[in-house]
Amino acid sequence: MINSLFLISHSGDIFLEKHWKSVISRSVCDYFLEAKEKAGDPENVAPVLQTPHHYLISIYRGKLFFLSVTQTEVPPLFVIEFLHRVADTFQDYFGDCSEVLIKENTVTVYELLEEMLDNGFPLATESNVLKEMIRPPTILRSVVNTLTGGSNVGGTLPTGQLSNVPWRRAGVKYTNNEAYFDVIEEIDAILDKSGTTVFAEIQGVIEACVKLTGMPDLTLSFMNPRLLDDVSFHPCVRFKRWESEHVLSFIPPDGNFRLMSYHVSSQNLVAIPVYVKQNISFLETGSCGRLDITIGPKQTMGKTVESLMVTIPMPKSVLSVNLTATQGTYTFDLTTKVVLWDVGKLNPQKLPNLRGSISIQTGAPKPEENPSINIDMKLQQLAISGLKVSRLDMYGEKYKPFKGVKYVTKAGKFQVRT
Amino acid sequence: MQEWASQLCENRQFGSKMTDSKYFTTTKKGEIFELKAELNSDKKEKKKEAVKKVIASMTVGKDVSALFPDVVNCMQTDNLELKKLVYLYLMNYAKSQPDMAIMAVNTFVKDCEDPNPLIRALAVRTMGCIRVDKITEYLCEPLRKCLKDEDPYVRKTAAVCVAKLHDINAQLVEDQGFLDTLKDLISDSNPMVVANAVAALSEIAESHPNSNLLDLNPQTINKLLTALNECTEWGQIFILDCLANYTPRDDRESQSICERVTPRLSHANSAVVLSAVKVLMKFMEMLPKDLDYYGTLLKKLAPPLVTLLSAEPELQYVALRNINLIVQRRPEILKHEMKVFFVKYNDPIYVKLEKLDIMIRLASQANIAQVLAELKEYATEVDVDFVRKAVRAIGRCAIKVEQSAERCVSTLLDLIQTKVNYVVQEAIVVIKDIFRKYPNKYESVIATLCENLDSLDEPEARAAMIWIVGEYAERIDNADELLESFLEGFHDESTQVQLQLLTAIVKLFLKKPTETQELVQQVLSLATQDSDNPDLRDRGYIYWRLLSTDPVAAKEVVLAEKPLISEETDLIEPTLLEELICHIGTLASVYHKPPSAFVEGSRGVQHKRLPGSAGSGESVESPDTGSAAGVSDAPPAVIPSQGDLLGDLLNLDLTPPATTGPPPPATSGMQLGAMDLLGGGLDSLMGDESEPLGGDLGGSSAMGAGFGAPPAAPAASFSAPVSGGLDDLFDLGGGVGMPMGAYSPPKTVWLPAMKGKGLEISGTFARRAGVIQMEMTLTNKAMSVMTDFAIQFNRNSFGLAPAGPLQVLTPLSPNQSIEVTLPLNTVGPVMKMDPLNNLQVAVKNNIDVFYFSCQYPISMLFVEDGKMERQVFLATWKDISNDNEAQFQIKDCHLSSDAVSNKLQGSNIFTIAKRTVDGQDMLYQSTKLSNGIWVLAELRVQTGNPTFTVCLKCRAPEVSQCVFQSYDAVLKN
Repeated sequence: MINSLFLISHSGDIFLEKHWKSVISRSVCDYFLEAKEKAGDPENVAPVLQTPHHYLISIYRGKLFFLSVTQTEVPPLFVIEFLHRVADTFQDYFGDCSEVLIKENTVTVYELLEEMLDNGFPLATESNVLKEMIRPPTILRSVVNTLTGGSNVGGTLPTGQLSNVPWRRAGVKYTNNEAYFDVIEEIDAILDKSGTTVFAEIQGVIEACVKLTGMPDLTLSFMNPRLLDDVSFHPCVRFKRWESEHVLSFIPPDGNFRLMSYHVSSQNLVAIPVYVKQNISFLETGSCGRLDITIGPKQTMGKTVESLMVTIPMPKSVLSVNLTATQGTYTFDLTTKVVLWDVGKLNPQKLPNLRGSISIQTGAPKPEENPSINIDMKLQQLAISGLKVSRLDMYGEKYKPFKGVKYVTKAGKFQVRT
Repeated sequence: MQEWASQLCENRQFGSKMTDSKYFTTTKKGEIFELKAELNSDKKEKKKEAVKKVIASMTVGKDVSALFPDVVNCMQTDNLELKKLVYLYLMNYAKSQPDMAIMAVNTFVKDCEDPNPLIRALAVRTMGCIRVDKITEYLCEPLRKCLKDEDPYVRKTAAVCVAKLHDINAQLVEDQGFLDTLKDLISDSNPMVVANAVAALSEIAESHPNSNLLDLNPQTINKLLTALNECTEWGQIFILDCLANYTPRDDRESQSICERVTPRLSHANSAVVLSAVKVLMKFMEMLPKDLDYYGTLLKKLAPPLVTLLSAEPELQYVALRNINLIVQRRPEILKHEMKVFFVKYNDPIYVKLEKLDIMIRLASQANIAQVLAELKEYATEVDVDFVRKAVRAIGRCAIKVEQSAERCVSTLLDLIQTKVNYVVQEAIVVIKDIFRKYPNKYESVIATLCENLDSLDEPEARAAMIWIVGEYAERIDNADELLESFLEGFHDESTQVQLQLLTAIVKLFLKKPTETQELVQQVLSLATQDSDNPDLRDRGYIYWRLLSTDPVAAKEVVLAEKPLISEETDLIEPTLLEELICHIGTLASVYHKPPSAFVEGSRGVQHKRLPGSAGSGESVESPDTGSAAGVSDAPPAVIPSQGDLLGDLLNLDLTPPATTGPPPPATSGMQLGAMDLLGGGLDSLMGDESEPLGGDLGGSSAMGAGFGAPPAAPAASFSAPVSGGLDDLFDLGGGVGMPMGAYSPPKTVWLPAMKGKGLEISGTFARRAGVIQMEMTLTNKAMSVMTDFAIQFNRNSFGLAPAGPLQVLTPLSPNQSIEVTLPLNTVGPVMKMDPLNNLQVAVKNNIDVFYFSCQYPISMLFVEDGKMERQVFLATWKDISNDNEAQFQIKDCHLSSDAVSNKLQGSNIFTIAKRTVDGQDMLYQSTKLSNGIWVLAELRVQTGNPTFTVCLKCRAPEVSQCVFQSYDAVLKN
């Protein structure tokens, strides 16, 4: 199981260590730092490394490496999932997961880590259980505690810890009872030069914000549940009901949580909201090239494409670009060589266009690779797969909650090859 | 109070938040001193702040152990946060201050009785983390209570504590009966307690591979399945991993377990999903393939695997490594999901490479067009490693899907036209493989390839190009010029290129003898006379002799029909794959190596194997497991089924090293492994994949001459002496085969002069000509003369006894030493000793009687007739239960397998058979002890890996440890 955890900054500085078994010297991180050096880009460091006596399993989150050390055979996914959970918890507690914030809250971090893992076995990873044991820091509380001698650590056993619904604490009370669901879909797609879809799928999630008194038992039903052939659920969802009736039946955790994620991969169901007409070419001689991109609406289901953003990582030999955008603004980052075009709203009457010339370092050969175009966009009030929630029913409690469902579609990894 | 208030004001003044980062700022010299004062303060709040500062220093790696007593004094408090902080500190430093740590024991014991379950659990949890022997003694009683606590939270914490304690003191845990209590917890009413008990037992079992800790039977399985639905995600992982070790009785049970596990595939935690996949993949083996449920299950497996690929890149990586195994075992699951493996340009490189690998595995006639279009796209990407792999992938597609070969070749030609250097080089390397797979089909492209000759600067690409030129020399008009151009810088080339060039020119000569005589002479002399590389020289000599003695034979050998290569080359070997499927989701599955190969600290990992399929005739299992229908415990994977081994024995047997007869005529390429003792060069010659010599060389008697005769022949002459060569070869064989004599450890001091009133005895044991001898040096370090020596042994494990009196005839004067050899027999009284090879000796002289004990190497007891018949060996191996199997590792041993078997033979450990699987040599060996106990061994030797694995089977497993020590000692001396 997990022996130790090291937190390592972007620059390779080990700023926190925690051991759950015997202490392992931090020199073990040298193997990792070496691999990091070799990989160049921190995102390219392999997540599982073997050293003569240990295994190093790491994740990269928020410009930080969470590096765990293990000595025995252990499922690496288990460790990676756990590390992500640690990062989530930090984010939850401190608002963000950064070196500065972790340093500011070391003692809380340490207490949390101790509570999350015992002898390498996860102990309490549910956010609401943790929050009952170690209260998140707020300025007000730390002042009050200093004045009254109170403490940040809960003195009683959290109720959720052992019940059949470990994700929910007992005795929740709200004056306004409300349950909101966001259906968020992301389109992952690869389009080729001619605009044909090489690959497309939809990754969907339903994020919930439920603030309901007592122990409500909710049932969420869909108009067209058969769309979803591949789903994963929050542990609260009763799988049997889904199998038999295709409804989501659950006692919700308190607060924000991800109810389910799903994915729609059959390609005829995936609508591509925009098309891209592009031409990026480099001349054989003369150290220059041309760029011309036009974006237009394709299958938008009657909605407007908003927050349209185009990212083009240029070849390293590109020196500068001289472009004109008919709409929005563009920037060119000289160090990363990325052209970023912030288009905004897509107006079907007047299609946005970006064109101009690219200059290459003199003497450098014509770039070998073709840059990919990355598209970001948003369509409000639409789940592009067509998924629709039909109703939400509540059992077990008497009051009438406020209910709401929002839909949004975004581009995920949406790439156009040139 | 005031000081603190002013600090608060200060904080307010600067508008800064009160954060823990202030604890980091103190680096003053008197820091420890200040903290000490604060810790001893009367004010609670100040104390707490001080402990926080201490903890903060600790986390950044500062040494604050000097504050130990002061921090421990803060432990007696009702403030839970303070208590927890002190516990954190204790866990970190108790080991360095064991005596001080005892101070804390009372508080712990008291806390274990606290009415608040949180505090009880915290106390038992913390105590387990303090790795100090003295504390563990006090831990037993509280732990026993906590294991039976009324509160499940305490019980579940206590379950983990047993695992901690076991790690510190395994014996204690066994003696105290905690393991049984832990087993009882599997039936606990609370699912979390069950999950933790399973986790703890699994961890303990890992260090005791043969103990039957997790005794899985249908009842426990049922309990686990019930708990599975109700426990946390982590608990589900533990339970699923444990379930995967179970072998269902029949296909119905298997199906019912699968049905209850399938809902886990929809879990949000990817580790749960993968563990569930493991259970299903394993139990599926037992389902008849015509069953409807089997098809349903196959369909259900695809979506969760695809979903794993939309997670974070780190998770994707592990998932992809596992999917790689799954598609090799059951390609049907993902055959329609090719597109999800398409690479996105911003995937991390490690994900890209894995995706590419799987794409090739899934490539089929149906989707090859798509795949090729993608691969071509990738070949224009930025990342060089990725581009190279993409180009290689195109070649692999061509080899895998015959219909696509033509399209692949034209794609490769397109890529060569890009003139991007590394793309061209990779393309040439793969085109060579395509030529080998489809001879006489695509040679028209050779001209294009030749145009790029000058741009090749990587050895592999150069070697590939040279191979092509040599192979198709008759179609390339200027082949001799091309090869000659390479020859100019012969000595600057890498070995790979040199070897290839040598072969290519010989081929050229055999095809166009008239024009190239000069060239071939030139290369032969370069290879044999001017090179320091033995491989190159050896190959040079072989060709030389061949050409000089019998050019027709040379033609047959060098231009022999080459075996076709197939895509199977990159597949994981089936038995390994089976084992890895049982380890889905583990590190083994990420590294694609069996766990025994690399997991440290797990003493002997048990080999897992897929259960056999029931009923169905089209079973993919090897016959021995298939017929067993999964009821029997899986036979060890290390020994092949009877038929296989017999076949291997016939082909691959090592001739007994003592014989001096000629080696049996070799007929297949594989056999050459056995002739390795002739020299490494030949081996590497055969190992070279692109080398067309095949196995024919082995049978040629000319080869022997090559090794025997000195390179006396003048460069221009093609006639070399053949006569003496054969004799030399036989001499060589005989020389290597002679037993080197039994290993005998160096003498050690058994009785120091201090204890022997001036008599010092050092000694060792040896087995010479079948007689066990105790060789001693007696030294008189006293002032007076010693006489009247006599010796006696206590009863011992193998009945060792002196065969005669101790022969010290002359009195031993001061400062004199005498060497004595005492022959021993094994007919004395027997009593089991601990350790087994312990021998208690009493030596008497005129001064006193002295007692000492020594340990003899058990190899001394290995008798000369310990060579078992092959059939008997096989039968015995199967007969001895797996529980009696023990596995050990021998580290840092740099011997070849032949040297190993020679060495061991010297100590009467006999090699009965040898097999080579995947470059790993497996030696099957037997040994007989003087009291008739047989020990069977399988020794695995991997070339280049200094760690050997030895697997011992014996009806008396107690001796295994000693036998292993002997192996270790013999091989390292």
